[in-house]
Amino acid sequence: MSGMLSFEFLDDVRRMNKRQLYYQVLNFGMIVSSALMIWKGLMVMTGSESPIVVVLSGSMEPAFHRGDLLFLTNYRQEPIRVGEIVVFKVEGRDIPIVHRVLKVHEKDDGSVKFLTKGDNNSVDDRGLYAPGQLWLDKKDVVGRARGFVPYVGIVTILMNDYPKFKYAILVCLGIFVLVHRE
Amino acid sequence: MNTFLSRLNTIFAFTLSVMAALTFCCFLTTAFNSHKSKIDIGTSKVTVKNVPDYSADRERSDLGFVVFDMSADLTPLFNWNVKQLFLYLTAEYKTADNVLNQVVLWDKIIVRGENAILNLKNANTKYYFWDYGNGLKGNENVTMSLSWNVVPNAGTLPKVMGDGRHRIQFPTEYSAGRF
Repeated sequence: MSGMLSFEFLDDVRRMNKRQLYYQVLNFGMIVSSALMIWKGLMVMTGSESPIVVVLSGSMEPAFHRGDLLFLTNYRQEPIRVGEIVVFKVEGRDIPIVHRVLKVHEKDDGSVKFLTKGDNNSVDDRGLYAPGQLWLDKKDVVGRARGFVPYVGIVTILMNDYPKFKYAILVCLGIFVLVHRE
Repeated sequence: MNTFLSRLNTIFAFTLSVMAALTFCCFLTTAFNSHKSKIDIGTSKVTVKNVPDYSADRERSDLGFVVFDMSADLTPLFNWNVKQLFLYLTAEYKTADNVLNQVVLWDKIIVRGENAILNLKNANTKYYFWDYGNGLKGNENVTMSLSWNVVPNAGTLPKVMGDGRHRIQFPTEYSAGRF
């Protein structure tokens, strides 16, 4: 039955009985929910709201290129220090930015102000912050880069650049999971 | 069963797993390196001025000027899992307002294959040494140190401070004039 290289998958679905159909749907649900569980589990373990990010711009070249993958942690007790690569969010921008810390000023109550800059940019990030914002502080931080793997996120980049490609992949995967039988 | 597509799929999946395993082994071989090295830092001229900081809040802030020398040989830090070193010269000090201030004065990217021997004489800082307030004048304990962030081909991103720091003292008077 399986592995048929044809567009007769609809026949395939028709030939399934009800139990098999339920099984396939439940299977699909399992895949989605375990992916969600892993993601949420990582969030708890790393303390970061987004433990894995894909580099979307070339502002950290030659260290990180578009499509590279970063693993983040964001533990409260770890202080923010100069030279660290932080991922932060700026008000009014949806996409988090991955840049390096250039200046840190920390008060004795633990509150900290810091300034960032991309390795490949010639000026610091004050032009990227919200209007009138001069410093970042702890609540802006999504995570600190701890691990690096090249190229792995390239599919994300392709999906971002070509939305049609994204929908094609999603549809194919969905059909495959629902129809595929061992 | 053994259609062309299913064979292609198997080959692709196998290639991916082999590459992932090899990448992980590559990371393991260098995971326990200390990445330490010795650095010599010196300064020949240290002055401070009090001028409005137009890059920030336009308040009058202390602006330090440091002319520095630095020498180091970082060639031993490179191995097969080091893509680049990001060097940064940090000034760290304490002021009445802030218990910890860190300002990067200079940085440099050394990509693998480039000359990793540093020999700077009378170098000027790359970034302005603005204090957040007026804490540089008469500050006798400003520590300059060189650190680096090791960027691997794949793996962790360690931040290492070089052995050898230099303490500078700022004068107790603001310098007048342009420099």
